[in-house]
Amino acid sequence: MDLTLKIWRQENAQAKGGFKNYEVKGVSKDSSFLEMLDVLNESLVDKIESPVCFDHDCREGICGMCSLYINGRPHGPDDAVTTCQLHMRKFSDGDTITIEPWRAKPFPVIKDLVVDRSAFDEIIQAGGYTSASTGGVPDANATLISKYASDLAMDAASCIGCGACVAACKNASAMLFVSAKVSQFALLPQGKVEKERRVQKMVAKMDELGFGNCTNTYACEMECPKEISVSNIARMNREFLGAKILSGEKV
Amino acid sequence: MTKLNSKIPQGPVAEKWSNYKAHQNLVNPSNKRKIDIIVVGTGLAGGAAAASFGELGFNVKNFCIQDSPRRAHSIAAQGGINAAKNYPGDGDSIYRLFYDTIKGGDYRAREANVYRLAEVSNDIIDQCVAQGVPFAREYSGYLDNRSFGGAQVSRTFYARGQTGQQLLLGAYGALSKEINKGSVKMYNRHEMLDLVVVDGKARGIITRNIVTGQIERHSAHAVVIATGGYGNVFFLSTNAMSSNGGAAIRSWKRGAFFGNPAFVQIHPTCIPVHGDFQSKLTLMSESLRNDGRIWVPRKKEDAEAIRAGKMSPKDLKEEDRDYYLERRYPAFGNLVPRDVASRAAKERCDAGFGVGTGLAVYLDFAAAIKRLGADVIKARYGNLFQMYEKIVDENPYETPMMIYPAIHYTMGGTWVDYELQTTVPGLFAGGEANFSDHGANRLGASALMQGLSDGYFVLPYTIQNYLAAEIGTGPIPTNTPAFDEAEKAVKDRIAKLLNIKGSKSPDYFHKKLGLIMWDNVGMARTKEGLELALAEIPKLREAFYKDLRVTGSNEEFNPELEKALRIADFFDMGELMAYDALHREESCGGHFREEFQTPEGEALRNDADYMYVAAWEFKGDGQKPVLHKEELKYEAIEVKTRNYK
Repeated sequence: MDLTLKIWRQENAQAKGGFKNYEVKGVSKDSSFLEMLDVLNESLVDKIESPVCFDHDCREGICGMCSLYINGRPHGPDDAVTTCQLHMRKFSDGDTITIEPWRAKPFPVIKDLVVDRSAFDEIIQAGGYTSASTGGVPDANATLISKYASDLAMDAASCIGCGACVAACKNASAMLFVSAKVSQFALLPQGKVEKERRVQKMVAKMDELGFGNCTNTYACEMECPKEISVSNIARMNREFLGAKILSGEKV
Repeated sequence: MTKLNSKIPQGPVAEKWSNYKAHQNLVNPSNKRKIDIIVVGTGLAGGAAAASFGELGFNVKNFCIQDSPRRAHSIAAQGGINAAKNYPGDGDSIYRLFYDTIKGGDYRAREANVYRLAEVSNDIIDQCVAQGVPFAREYSGYLDNRSFGGAQVSRTFYARGQTGQQLLLGAYGALSKEINKGSVKMYNRHEMLDLVVVDGKARGIITRNIVTGQIERHSAHAVVIATGGYGNVFFLSTNAMSSNGGAAIRSWKRGAFFGNPAFVQIHPTCIPVHGDFQSKLTLMSESLRNDGRIWVPRKKEDAEAIRAGKMSPKDLKEEDRDYYLERRYPAFGNLVPRDVASRAAKERCDAGFGVGTGLAVYLDFAAAIKRLGADVIKARYGNLFQMYEKIVDENPYETPMMIYPAIHYTMGGTWVDYELQTTVPGLFAGGEANFSDHGANRLGASALMQGLSDGYFVLPYTIQNYLAAEIGTGPIPTNTPAFDEAEKAVKDRIAKLLNIKGSKSPDYFHKKLGLIMWDNVGMARTKEGLELALAEIPKLREAFYKDLRVTGSNEEFNPELEKALRIADFFDMGELMAYDALHREESCGGHFREEFQTPEGEALRNDADYMYVAAWEFKGDGQKPVLHKEELKYEAIEVKTRNYK
């Protein structure tokens, strides 16, 4: 396949970026999107031009490091995949493909297509865990957990923290990401002890970092590579309201 | 010659760890505040260790190469984690897990370490459940188990096909809690480029900030490397793109011996190579072998017809299929250990029975779907099937999957004693980065167990035995000659690479190195091949330093420079592996020397001459490394020929 790529280039966080066009030729339809970019970068190195920077690591759809806003969609035109699992057979010979970084104020551009997502780490640090220390915990089978609750918690826990939900949202809301973590623990007995504290802390941090509100367009769910459901957002709202109204513990 | 002291505690194997803990030195709470620990890596071993050190009250600096500690490659582990809980009541015990692991490792692992691993395996499951890891459950509300290769019991706990992800996120949660508390300072997008040794003790590291290119000095009273394996020497592997051997090679050059570098695991069930542009290989979990049957056509002409696209595997009658694992190993069948399954696949493909490109075999779920229904198979392996379909563009519910072995894990690693301390005092290694627990072959679902064991339950104890003598040391300054020298060495290395200004990209050399390694230091090795590799690698290194092109500068986000630095280290790693593979004139586990096999093609071990850990000492660039031997003694276990028939 021969393709025209329209790629966002930006020297660093301070610089003004812009689109630049590139041609790539002879791309195999069986290669992944990132392998196609590897081919482009090899050709740029050949011409002593600076290769396009993009984040990637495991290349099997689980680490959450790859991003890319492709033809107006986070992780591109295929459903339920990350960019690294998107394959070129989803495109046609002669296509022009537009590639941009995640665009959201809390995710500033580092270079080209690479953005800083440490805001997500900060939200988790605010309370996205159980506070159990190493050792001194009961036998794993001491607490019974229904398969149903455990499966729902697992659905929520599948989030890979890539940020596609924020990139998809016109308000740059992180509600899907935050609610997935809140839900995982709210559904499990181990997480219940701290649930009021957790939801208040995480929501406060999310607001502080400049993520927007949810206005129920569900774009996040549509674009989530792990198909995290917006019902988690409803659960988080319920948890938040309950914590604010019913809990004595204000954080 | 330095004598290796493995510091194995006295007493029967089942009491060693309790005895050790009862008598070791500890650091009291007020003194812990005065001690700094550097942890490099945030995977299961590094993340768990950093979090646990922080909980204990130490000051921790934790480094990771990715943009967040949650992305460490432990996240990609799919199938599960072993523990000796015996919840299913099918005859498991600590001893049996210990026995299976030693046997699976082909009697090349240290008995005392493996017993401890089996012992703490149960604590790991308890810990993870307390963290809210959503392991699979039965309708009763109790935890579910499944089976993995090399075991006759079901001892594997799992969270769908994303067990590594869930365990890592558990450790990441614990780590985040400590970062929030201030006991751990996290350095994302930082790469360790050298170890600093002051007066014989590990006292710090030199890092490069990947975003700005700044070279930084970090000091501590002890350093833990938990940077994973070196499988990316082969270019194509199931490792993440940034997985590298840098920390290990740099530690080696600063005096840490390297244990069993030749022991590399080749995983039997990976998606086959599709073309020249391929950047990595994708694993299909071993758990698939619970229900999938592996086969190739029985007749060569059928294999040829399938390869030519004239025949579909579905057209082949039952009697025309060769379920070669079930045929050769009736007792374990499709669940033989990884090394055995990989070699058997290679044997069939080399003999001309391969499908696809010729380098693939089938993993077929038709029988399981018929027996259990597609829904059950979907519930068990849905995400893996989806992944396969996205990559290969074929529906594995209808057409058998194609798989082929690929580089997956390195059993070898930095040599450590019972305390996980290297030959450099104050330098520790955990998880895949050390060599200790898996011998010559690792069993499935044991990597997660070992990473978390080292991180949560071993290092937090053993490191105190060392640090107890450091309470009066005071903060370690970074303005000393050792730090000056190490920083200068790093800057010189970077300048050297940037100034070559040749014509070939780092990847060009990496692919060439990978091919040399795969052809000669891969699944089947010979004296001639290994000698060829040892002749070719130096030539390629020379070409690299003559004709490498690294675009851009150091003072920016520059992935080309990162790659060049890592490949420079991979040359050393590749040579070290070849030296080790050449010297070990036997076949054991993942190390298969064609000269040493039984008439049936099974690995032929030589216990009389090779029942030891090969620990290699660095003697200078361009010098042959020096071999040291740690004899392995088996007291609790009878050494046998491994038999899965």
